[in-house]
Amino acid sequence: MSLFFQQVLNGLTLGSVYSLVALGLTLVYGILHIPNFSHGALFMAGAYAAFFASTALGANYWVALVFAAVVTAGIAVLSERLVFSRLRDKPPLHDMIAAIGLLLLIEAIAQAIWGADFHRLREPYPGIWQWLRINAGLVMPIQRGIIIAGAVVLMIALHLFLTRTTTGATIIAMAQNREGASLVGIDLTRVSMITFAISGALAAVAAVLFVPISLIFPAMGNLVILKAFVIIILGGMGSVPGAILGGMVIGLVESFGAFYVSTDMKDVIAFAALVLILSLRPEGLFPGYAR
Amino acid sequence: MSGLLSRRTLAVAAILAGLVYPFVVPNDYFVYVMALAYIYAIAALGLNLMLGYTGHLNLAHAAFMAIGAYTVGILTVDYGVPYWIAFLLAGVNAAALGFVAGIISLRLKHHYFSIFTLCIGIIVWLVIEKWDGLTHGVVGIMGIPAPTGIGPIRFDTTLAQYYLILAMLALALVVMDRIVHSLTGRAFMAIRNGEPLAEALGVPLMRTKVLSFVISVAYAGFAGALYAGFVRFLGPSIAAETNAFDMIAFILVGGLGTLSGPVIGAIMLTWATQSLQFLQDYRLLVFGPLLILLVMFMPKGIIGTLKARQAREAGERASAARREQAEADASADGRKAPAHA
Amino acid sequence: MLEVSGLTKRFGGLAAVKDVSTSFERGRITAVIGPNGAGKTTFFNLVAGAYRPTEGIVRLDGEDVTGMRPDRMAMLGLARSFQTTTLFEDESVLDNLIVGHRLRTRSTLLDAILNTARARADNRECRRKAEEALSFVGLDHAADRVVADISQEEKKRVAFALALATEPRIVLLDEPAGGVNPEETAGLARLIRKMAESGLTVGLIEHKMGMVMGLADKVVVLDHGEKIAEGTPGEVSRDPKVIEAYLGADFALAGAGHAAM
Repeated sequence: MSLFFQQVLNGLTLGSVYSLVALGLTLVYGILHIPNFSHGALFMAGAYAAFFASTALGANYWVALVFAAVVTAGIAVLSERLVFSRLRDKPPLHDMIAAIGLLLLIEAIAQAIWGADFHRLREPYPGIWQWLRINAGLVMPIQRGIIIAGAVVLMIALHLFLTRTTTGATIIAMAQNREGASLVGIDLTRVSMITFAISGALAAVAAVLFVPISLIFPAMGNLVILKAFVIIILGGMGSVPGAILGGMVIGLVESFGAFYVSTDMKDVIAFAALVLILSLRPEGLFPGYAR
Repeated sequence: MSGLLSRRTLAVAAILAGLVYPFVVPNDYFVYVMALAYIYAIAALGLNLMLGYTGHLNLAHAAFMAIGAYTVGILTVDYGVPYWIAFLLAGVNAAALGFVAGIISLRLKHHYFSIFTLCIGIIVWLVIEKWDGLTHGVVGIMGIPAPTGIGPIRFDTTLAQYYLILAMLALALVVMDRIVHSLTGRAFMAIRNGEPLAEALGVPLMRTKVLSFVISVAYAGFAGALYAGFVRFLGPSIAAETNAFDMIAFILVGGLGTLSGPVIGAIMLTWATQSLQFLQDYRLLVFGPLLILLVMFMPKGIIGTLKARQAREAGERASAARREQAEADASADGRKAPAHA
Repeated sequence: MLEVSGLTKRFGGLAAVKDVSTSFERGRITAVIGPNGAGKTTFFNLVAGAYRPTEGIVRLDGEDVTGMRPDRMAMLGLARSFQTTTLFEDESVLDNLIVGHRLRTRSTLLDAILNTARARADNRECRRKAEEALSFVGLDHAADRVVADISQEEKKRVAFALALATEPRIVLLDEPAGGVNPEETAGLARLIRKMAESGLTVGLIEHKMGMVMGLADKVVVLDHGEKIAEGTPGEVSRDPKVIEAYLGADFALAGAGHAAM
């Protein structure tokens, strides 16, 4: 039984990370109308930014986290200003190719500066939660708790922003309504920049929460971003609750898959699920939600 | 007519250049790199059919090249199948798997299609890496035999293989030329320009897209088969999505939806990265910005830009000629008219 | 002749087209008008097979073709032009039209790769048909121009030619005169009349009331997805329900004025 709960905990940890990445992706989808392939590179950039802050600047974990969020938000906004906003009237193919170009560029920069080797970010609070171990027999490293708690806090903050502010409501409307017919009189430039900033910051925070129990390397964003795509297709492109729920589902599926099927194949499971679902339902699981 | 003539002249010149090339370069290394560029050009030709002509971004193209390569590698090394039979099966295998993948993925709208193919690419890559029993996993397949000789011709030197690959590239170009200039090729382009209109013109969307996809990945499969026989070692990295991104860069540099664009792009970029040796490890540092700048400022690529200008000038010339003819007719009528009066 | 009866399309709970019945007669021009969002384009999409109707029947010369795919409809002789036609900008007008006749050819891709006699004959036939269609729409002179260089009005004519190259029995034109000046509109109207006179059944969506009233043999008025009137331009423009739908006098005046012409 405790093994089962152990997998649930692991799944929720993974799911929290995926959800944060997918959230940014789904919001940006509303602006670009295409999947932002460079989003995974933002995740990676966030990890390196934090690594830089903690090693070169000697910042503590939380400062490094904020630093990474700000830097990555900046990169995201720059990519919006310099590239995507200039391609707005071009065929969607161009956006997708430009996004791939950005992905390659950001990855190449990271590799040029830090090399292809693995790096680590030390856990700010090493050890496990004794209370859980004693009372429930579960092994829960503190960092995993921080990941879940951090994700929940961010999601609540994002929810408040999206529902309580005009800008937030606009972002939601754009994410869900592809035609944008109801968006008369909106400052598209401002909304795009804010959306990209949020997506960058979310990706960075997800990365910084995650890397203490993982590794930093230039291609670290690739699998994560792919899973985020799977998630937003499952949850419906442009859907915020869909991104959160989808992230948790994929996290749990992977955690149980790794445990009960095979660790080697855990990465294949998510994609196999996507292939299966899209084969049966070409519009995704919740087509009406996104369009 | 002059356009046709110059096209033919250019083609002959290109073939001659390809034939003479090994004799004007200092050593085998140049021949080797060029042959690799040709192989990637064949794969890029296929990708361009889907991307440039049919308007769909298939991010699993490298995976299909890997499928072709591994078909040859596994069949020749583990099962002792003769190279050329394995070569044919590589194309067939890529096409068959492409057919299945196409039937599923081409029902999806554009960006879903791209995401889906990206996932297919990752699955293929993961399978190659993890399925040791079939693919030798991360160790890779070593000692793949070179193509067996045909009659008196042997392919055991780099030079001989260079000519084999050059011939394959020429064949690939001729076939692609016929495809894109055929009525079916026009149907592909109609799909790229807009699916509703294409369908209203009687183009069955699904069947036509699957056809384009299957041909496209068959090119990748054959290119992979050539790669296996030429490089003679295979590792999972051949399926990496960065390989697909490279091919997109080739096409964009040369010209999206042009016949020679992918070939020119492949040769240019291969040499650009080779000559910038110090950039070898950081070639993506060049490719990334290149992709971005191209879609922003020169989306038609080198050949596309040239071709557009040429077509426009030819059109103006032809129209001017027509106008002059019409004016000449009119003035001839004008001269006749008073005589009538 | 094309007949529709009880045609209905619901998206989710919303009916975009509700129980519309009418007919398009051979050699006649039938215009479908209505305020923005009245469901005109949806109606065309239902007829042409782009959407599957929720209810109702579409008959083409007596044959039930309801819910048939657009490419099948094209084979049966239904052609259409769209509000915007994306053409291959860097190619000549003529080359753009070649694909139009492909559906009437039989050669396969293998024929093309082997360059068989059949493929060559089909290619010639498509080129000939494209020239014929271009000549019909009065654009012989622009055959070799690249599409990027021709005017908006010429592009409209190219879109017609593309539809005509499919050898249709019926053509549906969605806002054929959108974005062109009054003089050009008159020219396009003459062309549409010529199409009808050549024996085609013509369906038309248009916002330019002057053009519709002067051109159409029959007008079908849609409002909120429902047919509110049908008849000659004169009858329709006097119909109080129509006047109300269009919010009044402007339309009645303009309509009556043009009908009088």
